Amino acid sequence: MTTPMIQFQDVHKSFGNNHVLRGVNLDVMKGESMVIIGGSGTGKSVLIKLVLGLLPITSGKILVDGHDTTKDERDAFLARFGMLFQGGALFDSLPVWKNVAFRLLRGSLKRPKDEARAIAIEKLRRVGLKERVADLYPAELSGGMQKRVGLARAIAAEPEIIFFDEPTTGLDPIMSGVINELVREIVVEMGATAMTITHDMSSVRAIADRVAMIHEGVVQWQGPVGDLDNSGDPYLDQFINARAEGPIEAVR
Amino acid sequence: MTLLQSLLSPIGRSTLGLMATVGRISSYAFATVSHIFRPPFYLKELGQQILFIGYFSLPVVGLTALFTGGALALQIYAGGSRFNAESAVPSIVAIGMVRELGPVLGGLMVAGRVAASIAAELGTMKVTEQIDALVTLSTHPLKYLTVPRVVAATLTMPILAGIGDVIGIFGGYLVGTTRLGFNSAAYISNTIDFLQSWDVTSGLIKAAVFGFIVAMMGCYHGMNSGRGAQGVGKATTNAVVGASVLILTSNYILTELFFTS
Repeated sequence: MTTPMIQFQDVHKSFGNNHVLRGVNLDVMKGESMVIIGGSGTGKSVLIKLVLGLLPITSGKILVDGHDTTKDERDAFLARFGMLFQGGALFDSLPVWKNVAFRLLRGSLKRPKDEARAIAIEKLRRVGLKERVADLYPAELSGGMQKRVGLARAIAAEPEIIFFDEPTTGLDPIMSGVINELVREIVVEMGATAMTITHDMSSVRAIADRVAMIHEGVVQWQGPVGDLDNSGDPYLDQFINARAEGPIEAVR
Repeated sequence: MTLLQSLLSPIGRSTLGLMATVGRISSYAFATVSHIFRPPFYLKELGQQILFIGYFSLPVVGLTALFTGGALALQIYAGGSRFNAESAVPSIVAIGMVRELGPVLGGLMVAGRVAASIAAELGTMKVTEQIDALVTLSTHPLKYLTVPRVVAATLTMPILAGIGDVIGIFGGYLVGTTRLGFNSAAYISNTIDFLQSWDVTSGLIKAAVFGFIVAMMGCYHGMNSGRGAQGVGKATTNAVVGASVLILTSNYILTELFFTS
């Protein structure tokens, strides 16, 4: 049997008395695009932060390629990941190309400056941005362009695993469609394993191979994207059809 | 709960909270110092911070020193005239500036400018997930953000204080020679004759400590900023207040160490 690329084993996470995750069990296979859906505040982003070690796990285990994430050598471990943050999280003080090439300008993946810039420009082109954008600062870009730059940064070092946290939040429907297409194309052409957090159903259908829904701190439902509309799960049905009435309380 | 308990428990809670903060800041400071000597070294970031903390603080430190030196000369002249000790103005201005006012006022001005700016910048980076992004890009935030700022402030603050000392003494000289009737050559000779090297060295050591405190408080509060604009605002205030109080406290302790043995 193939080892899953990312494996959540009975993962719990609490912030004081707030028990956000209460035993998440989920496997993400190599090369698969898994989309995590769920209401606001259900701990979807926390899942990603736990994998990357940005937050400590309260109990349970996360394995990446069969290895415990807390025991691997940090630099080598993080070099396997790329991440697109919800707000872009671009460094204001650096021009766009240095944001994209950040990892290539320092540390174990360091390249000569000219080469790093050339790679950054190529990645910017890949996400549909022209070379002139390279020397602008993040504050000079629109929200959609910032997302694209964030995407270029996430793929600059050719990671094996890419996380997308709310890739279309705050974008108009056309730009959302463009970003969704880009995410899907990039994941397919790189052969990367992807985990996307979203509550935008158009993103889910465009990006996902499989979908998992988090509710009340556990995986409420998981399955192929094609089964979304006939899952028979009342929680999932309420969520994907955006109904106020149903088992999920509208006021949390 | 008895009345006594209800009166004492807030004091206990505040004391515990204060102790916990002191512990967290100390542990952050130890971690920062340990990272200073371990690679990778971000020299470009260090250079940028030296420019920002040192060079761009010169006007504010210089102006503060100039007017403080002038006011000091006026005060010492007015006070000294009660004991026929007006001639002590040059030496007391010089000693007062280099031992105390240069480093302390310089430190406080830099605390206002730099600690606030560092806390606001890092706090904003925290709430916009830029610090998390650094981690995912295999870069240690403490090493990349805190170490260059702390090293730059510790190195540049003595230089700023030294320049402030000279400008402060010059302020006293200007007031002394133009307003108080001192002879120019006599003022300079009095200043140089009474000033000892330890007066200057002790002030510069103090300034280095104050520089460390300013950057450390800015970085600690910025990195631990709460969410949203309010969180960043609070972090900025805490950084400036914390740095100012620590400068004044450590100034007393250092003065005890340097001048009472």
